[in-house]
Amino acid sequence: MPQDTLKDHGAEKRLVNIRIWVAVALMALLGMGLISRLFYLQVIRYKELSTQSDDNRLLVQPIPPTRGLIYDTNGKLLAMNTPSHILSIVREQTRDLEGLLNSINKLVPLSEGERQRFHQRLGRRRPFEAVPLKFDLTDEEIAHITVNLFRLPGVDINAELIRKYPEGELFAHSVGYVGRINDQDLKRLDPTIYSGTHTTGKIGVERSYESILLGTPGYQEVETNARGRVLRVLKKSNPVPGQDINLFLDIDLQETAIKAIGDRRGALVAMDPKTGGVLAMVSNPSFDPNLFVTGIDSKTFNALNTDIERPLYNRASLGEYPPASTVKPVMGLALLANDLVTPDEKIFDKGWFQLPGSDHRFRNWKRSGHGWVNLSKAISVSNDTYFYIQAGKLGIDNLHDFASQFGFGHRTGIDIREERPGLLPSREWKQGIYGETWYPGETVIAIIGQGYMLATPLQLVESTALIANRGRYVQPRLVKEDIPAVQGEFWGDDIETDRAEDTDAMNWELIISAMEDVVHHREGTAHWSIGRGLKYRMAAKTGTAQVVSIAQGEEYDAEQLKEFERDHSLFIAFAPIEDPQIAVAVILENSKGASRVAREVTDAYLLPRLAQTSEEDT
Amino acid sequence: MANQDFVRQIDLHGFGRSPGLAMRWHIDFVLLGFLLLLCAAGLFLLYSATGQDMSVVIRQATYLSVSLVAMLLVAQIPPRMLMQLAMWFYAGGVLLLVAVLLVGVESKGAQRWLQLPGFRFQPSEVIKLIMPITMAAFLARRRLPPSLKDVVLSLLLVAVPVVLIAKQPDLGTSILIGSSGIFVLLLAGLRKRFIATSVCLAVPAIYILWHFFMYDYQKRRVLTFLNPESDPWGSGWNIIQSTIAIGSGGLDGKGWLLGTQSHLDFLPESHTDFILAVLAEEFGLIGCLTLFVLYALILGRGIFITLNADTLFGRLLAGSITLTFFVYIFVNVGMVSGLLPVVGVPLPMVSRGGTSLLTLLAGFGFLMSIHTHRSFLGVSH
Repeated sequence: MPQDTLKDHGAEKRLVNIRIWVAVALMALLGMGLISRLFYLQVIRYKELSTQSDDNRLLVQPIPPTRGLIYDTNGKLLAMNTPSHILSIVREQTRDLEGLLNSINKLVPLSEGERQRFHQRLGRRRPFEAVPLKFDLTDEEIAHITVNLFRLPGVDINAELIRKYPEGELFAHSVGYVGRINDQDLKRLDPTIYSGTHTTGKIGVERSYESILLGTPGYQEVETNARGRVLRVLKKSNPVPGQDINLFLDIDLQETAIKAIGDRRGALVAMDPKTGGVLAMVSNPSFDPNLFVTGIDSKTFNALNTDIERPLYNRASLGEYPPASTVKPVMGLALLANDLVTPDEKIFDKGWFQLPGSDHRFRNWKRSGHGWVNLSKAISVSNDTYFYIQAGKLGIDNLHDFASQFGFGHRTGIDIREERPGLLPSREWKQGIYGETWYPGETVIAIIGQGYMLATPLQLVESTALIANRGRYVQPRLVKEDIPAVQGEFWGDDIETDRAEDTDAMNWELIISAMEDVVHHREGTAHWSIGRGLKYRMAAKTGTAQVVSIAQGEEYDAEQLKEFERDHSLFIAFAPIEDPQIAVAVILENSKGASRVAREVTDAYLLPRLAQTSEEDT
Repeated sequence: MANQDFVRQIDLHGFGRSPGLAMRWHIDFVLLGFLLLLCAAGLFLLYSATGQDMSVVIRQATYLSVSLVAMLLVAQIPPRMLMQLAMWFYAGGVLLLVAVLLVGVESKGAQRWLQLPGFRFQPSEVIKLIMPITMAAFLARRRLPPSLKDVVLSLLLVAVPVVLIAKQPDLGTSILIGSSGIFVLLLAGLRKRFIATSVCLAVPAIYILWHFFMYDYQKRRVLTFLNPESDPWGSGWNIIQSTIAIGSGGLDGKGWLLGTQSHLDFLPESHTDFILAVLAEEFGLIGCLTLFVLYALILGRGIFITLNADTLFGRLLAGSITLTFFVYIFVNVGMVSGLLPVVGVPLPMVSRGGTSLLTLLAGFGFLMSIHTHRSFLGVSH
């Protein structure tokens, strides 16, 4: 090696040693750098990172409260909770959602509808919320998923109580249903209270008594691993279940009413005039509320929503119909209370009435006329001409003010949200809507419940109960318990409680006896249909409304149009007269026979009770 | 010279309990003791990091025993023989690397292995040992400080395997091997003007490397390192979670087996590259400093052996091995604590894995060999 001879070993050794000491210094410096970094993380940032570490593993999970049950008046379940195993996915914990759905599909077949509804729910979820994919898993399906959970990130199976309505269609409108919380619901609901709950009441009692039924959620602090699996529970506070509520509704009576209505469109409300408790509330046709609980698929929903018979619509409290002749008892009372007629005063009905200076003939329903008619007969035979003649004396202002005391024109304040006020016309109202003055001819038709006037079956039953109570007002209500927090919402200041009580007692008896004649006098309009064989005394009034159906503006074929042009039949009644126990209002759209429906319901309700009373007496 | 002899006297008669035995069996008991202490601590930590999986610990202990035997065998090889065979080793190593590129086995997107009957073999691990030997052997024969020609030649010697390994791709290993070669050059007295020039050239070189040679995943690692919060659920996860693990350990840690970040699977790679975070979480800053003390003792012994090597070759080789060991520690701790990008370097002697343990201990075998094979004439040639 030629270089060897030139090498200076001592110098080279010194050179290398210097370099080594430089390296030692550098290592010391870099080592100090590492130590500073660890000091920075472990001492200076300790608090912050320690908190992050706890946030990583600790999760506060809400425990949803058990929803309160809903019972009918006899303690039979109308809404209950049944356990259901749900397969759900936390979107934030999955990377490839479609891939995940496909792997799940191989274990548990998913239908198109389930996928579609899942994607609907996914769009409306809250962050880190477990979104249900499939409900009511079988034991076998649970096993398939459970053994594969380790390779299904974000997937979980949990048992949840879901709402069930054992009576199905029977109480869809009154009890209502719960459905999944959507964007709109989120705007009005407190997310902390609903943190573990996926559904909320949408309509009916389920909606209006939501705050009572819901309960208070509990919480548990759990430790999870990086994949979100719960490893142990650290702290727990138990939820407070929702309060059970009892309704005045009676399953048997409801069934009777629905059977009596049959396949006709219509509504019935039966009420206990003593308490205001709604005994039956029917809107026919109906639908199965269970469809809505876990989310209805759009196809089924559209079918229900566009059905021309409008099953989703609660006719009993939303349906606004011309009350027709059923308002005559109230109008008769108005005449008496304003001292405009005496009970014996008679008019001669030749079949029609003309306003002075007008050619227009307002016709009686019986073209040939009823001859000499006093107030009592005008009600029992439902004479129109009598009221036409008195309309001028009463005037729209008195008519409006008096009928208003019976609840027309404003909501009854029943404890569900689905209620409309109907329409009780007045001068101000007409000026406001049409910018026109009120014409005397309009009073003439308003007094027989036609023209602008509209009322819901619920308003009709309320005014009937008021007559039955001789002016004592009762608040219509579905729920037996007094829950001011909820009911106050409905029974605000605008609900008048001092109705027509100051009306002369004699007047009440006169009108009620005229209503009795409707059923029990052989000339009465309901005598031949229901008056015979009645085992108790009933006061009633018939009505026939010449109107187009409430389902206006839809396209029908010619044959259907004919059907939808037929008259509605209406009927209001209460019984027994001496001790009213039930008031009922019925409307059948484009069909006759409202009185027979009413009698079936009053029979079903009263006969067992009367039999019991007579047994006790003997 | 008299002073040096004195040091040697102390070393031979003061440290080993029976100096004769140490010299005869070529064992440096001081280094061995430090290494055993470190490995024991590593197994203890591994037990926690694997979620108390004793079988992993036993397997690691087996690797450790095999590697210790290998170390003692390597220590028997006289440094002179290593120096003479260096170029043959080098040629063989490069051939193996070429073979990897041509017929290697691919796994996880990288082609790093040769399939031999019965087992897989990673040639880049052998290069880790060959590189410092080759460079030390090459430069020990030259005049120091090396001339420009020698510098260029040695850079070529470094570049060939580094490029071959980077192509596999295995950035972490190629950086470690490259630096172990460069360390020899630096120790050999590379002129300051060369150092200054290369620092100036580094900036454009990094630019070229970034745009023309680095793979996307490598770029992503660097970008993630610069801003881990940009993708907290993806590539930033490792850095964020390990930072949390370290920080939440505080001064004295959460306790052995009680680290939540590691046991609840928030910390990835907790028994391999990121095992330091487990230590930091469970034993806190005190635990980390204790580990650093062990490392410092080993490094100190390495420096001691380097300074006392009686040949230039031994001096350069021992220095390179010691410095490379430091780089291992620095890169791993730096990457786990978020100071450096994640490059996939295990924590030496502590992370789970047999291959790196074998390579590291074989390296320490060379140190022992250098320290215990001495010509009492005190002359290298």
